[in-house]
Amino acid sequence: MSTINDLLSPEDVEAFGRDMDAIRQEVLDDLGQRDVDYIRDIIRKQRGLEITGRALLFAGILPPAWLAGTACLSLSKILDNMEIGHNIMHGQYDWTGDPALASENFDWDNTSPASQWKHSHNYLHHTHTNIVGKDRDVGYGILRMSEEQRWNPYYLGNPLYAFLLAALFQWGVAVHDLEVDRIGKPGDMGAKERKRRALEIADKAKGQVTKDYVLFPLLAGPFAPLVLGGNLAANLARNFWSFTIIFCGHFPDGVEQFSEAETQNETRGQWYVRQLLGSANIRGSKLFHILSGNLSHQIEHHLFPDLPAHRYAEIAPKVRAACERYGLPYNTGSLSRQFGTTVKRIFKLALPDREALPAAA
Amino acid sequence: MNLNTTPSRTLDNLLRSRLVAALTAPHGVDRYLDWLAPERVTDEMRSRVLARRMETADCVTLTLAVPRGWRGHSAGQHLTVSVELDGRRQTRCFSIASADNSRNGELEITVKAQPDGQVSRFLVDAARPGTTVVLSDASGAFRLPDIRPAGVLLISGGSGITPVMSMLRSLVNEGYEGEIRLLHYARSSEDLIFADELDELTQQHSNLTVYRAFTSDDAVDGELHGRFKPAHLQDFGPAHNDWPAFACGPQPLIEALQSYWSAQAAGSRLDFEYFQPPRAAAADGQSVLQFVRSQVTADDDGRSLLDQAEAAGLKPAYGCRMGICRSCTCRKTSGRVRNLLTGRISQDGAEDIQPCITAPASDVSVEL
Repeated sequence: MSTINDLLSPEDVEAFGRDMDAIRQEVLDDLGQRDVDYIRDIIRKQRGLEITGRALLFAGILPPAWLAGTACLSLSKILDNMEIGHNIMHGQYDWTGDPALASENFDWDNTSPASQWKHSHNYLHHTHTNIVGKDRDVGYGILRMSEEQRWNPYYLGNPLYAFLLAALFQWGVAVHDLEVDRIGKPGDMGAKERKRRALEIADKAKGQVTKDYVLFPLLAGPFAPLVLGGNLAANLARNFWSFTIIFCGHFPDGVEQFSEAETQNETRGQWYVRQLLGSANIRGSKLFHILSGNLSHQIEHHLFPDLPAHRYAEIAPKVRAACERYGLPYNTGSLSRQFGTTVKRIFKLALPDREALPAAA
Repeated sequence: MNLNTTPSRTLDNLLRSRLVAALTAPHGVDRYLDWLAPERVTDEMRSRVLARRMETADCVTLTLAVPRGWRGHSAGQHLTVSVELDGRRQTRCFSIASADNSRNGELEITVKAQPDGQVSRFLVDAARPGTTVVLSDASGAFRLPDIRPAGVLLISGGSGITPVMSMLRSLVNEGYEGEIRLLHYARSSEDLIFADELDELTQQHSNLTVYRAFTSDDAVDGELHGRFKPAHLQDFGPAHNDWPAFACGPQPLIEALQSYWSAQAAGSRLDFEYFQPPRAAAADGQSVLQFVRSQVTADDDGRSLLDQAEAAGLKPAYGCRMGICRSCTCRKTSGRVRNLLTGRISQDGAEDIQPCITAPASDVSVEL
């Protein structure tokens, strides 16, 4: 692993890994009532926001009620997907033994079916983080997010595709697992498996569409268009928000990407260092961290994906101190810095790489 | 009461309608009722402790509210009780002690505190009226036959009396006219569960005979002394050979009864149930793995359960094989396991595990 070995000796890599294991074990030993109480409290607030939001939208003929209803429903969907769904489906609360908090049972208010998302996210993305060609979250098969992806004229549309992906993010995540970009290429899952996944996505999406765009509007009778509009706006708000947070996780300036060759036969220590170098945090308030599903602590999340996310803020100082001890970078910044540099990358990579241009300079 | 039943049932029908299912998808109506009306949740059987009564110094009888959806039990059967201890749901199996009319509102378990038993200790020491527990359906083949025999012989040891007590109470309740003979082993009269009730029932019902055998050397009371020997049965009189016998107790008692019954080659049958003590961790390489769904058994070779399942020809789901993605998560139904990353040994009960970083630490059954 050239990148990692440039920074640390092999002994230090493993020592850093042991330090990370120690931080992890300390949290595991301390898991208990506090963690369950926390997530149940967030779930209760999410349910409250959802019911309040939908009720207000029924009175949506009054503009303040429509706005408040849409805001509540947007927050509900954001909490459901980010702090609750993403984290429970990581297995962060499997140790509780509560079936309602089990990664096995949980599904989120999103068109992506839980089982497929868990495969592409928990396994492919979290195991192979930022390995170009293996981590399908690098560009989601439609964007050019790494210089390692060879440029072609299709990528001129990079900013447009990114905007569309942001607006339709839940649909992007849903069809992510169909791996349409791999059809006929090495590693193609084949038509049969693709059909099975497509049917599963269709089934989940049908439920989501029926709920938000048919049943709740119909229940509102003459106010159906207002409810439909509110639900659409809430889904849109959740899409833009989750796109923003998630794209800040691995694409801001300073985040490393890796090649398949350099990550062959990786040790546990190397895996930890790769997770650190391949992730970026966002600074913000406590509320901001909750609404981001604590993905604002992307570094801690990638080091310890199955520890309850509300613990990340508590262990972040220890992780940071370890990084300072070993002279490793710890990428953090404001939302505007992290998202700004991500957007810059999307635009920059729309064009061919400068050094690759024949005698351009 | 009747006035309340109809609107309540209408509400239940509405909550379980396809419309409400569609409106609450993908979470389902129960995940909203958790906060709005927990008593209406139906996807698990929630119950409350209604009353507690100490039987001996370390044994308690808990009266539990009969949960929604409870399908009743046959005398002798058991259920699982789940409690939340420091955020973790722990599930253990207990015999039902109350009579088999539990659908009419009586459900009791009698629990003896085990030295290392987190759940039994909690139920004995800390459960109070109002404590929430989650129950399973009743199950178990150890049960009174629906067609009652002419007479029954009940044999129990220690807290193994609980399912036997359910049998006794059920027979007495329904006005059973056949002979009931109970032979119970306890260390001493201080350890005797249901002592007063057994006295009362004996006085009220002439068809019931109770023999108490105390095994402690210095015990002076009780009809019999010492551990089981055939002579104890002969004291009961001649008729018992034709009756079915139901026995529940620790392993040595059951084994002694089994060898006596098979040596007798008697016409009657012996139904029995072990009152299982916690299993000790087996030495390395001695444990047996049971893959329950595939009905495959294998000798433990010390590797991870995922590796061993694959070696046994299974094709379980997996992902990272390093304990982070949980693609392989499955349920362990019994036995102790060791976390290969931390070396920690688990508890004995049912729980979800990650087979890729888990190795057996005793005989283990997993749902693979």
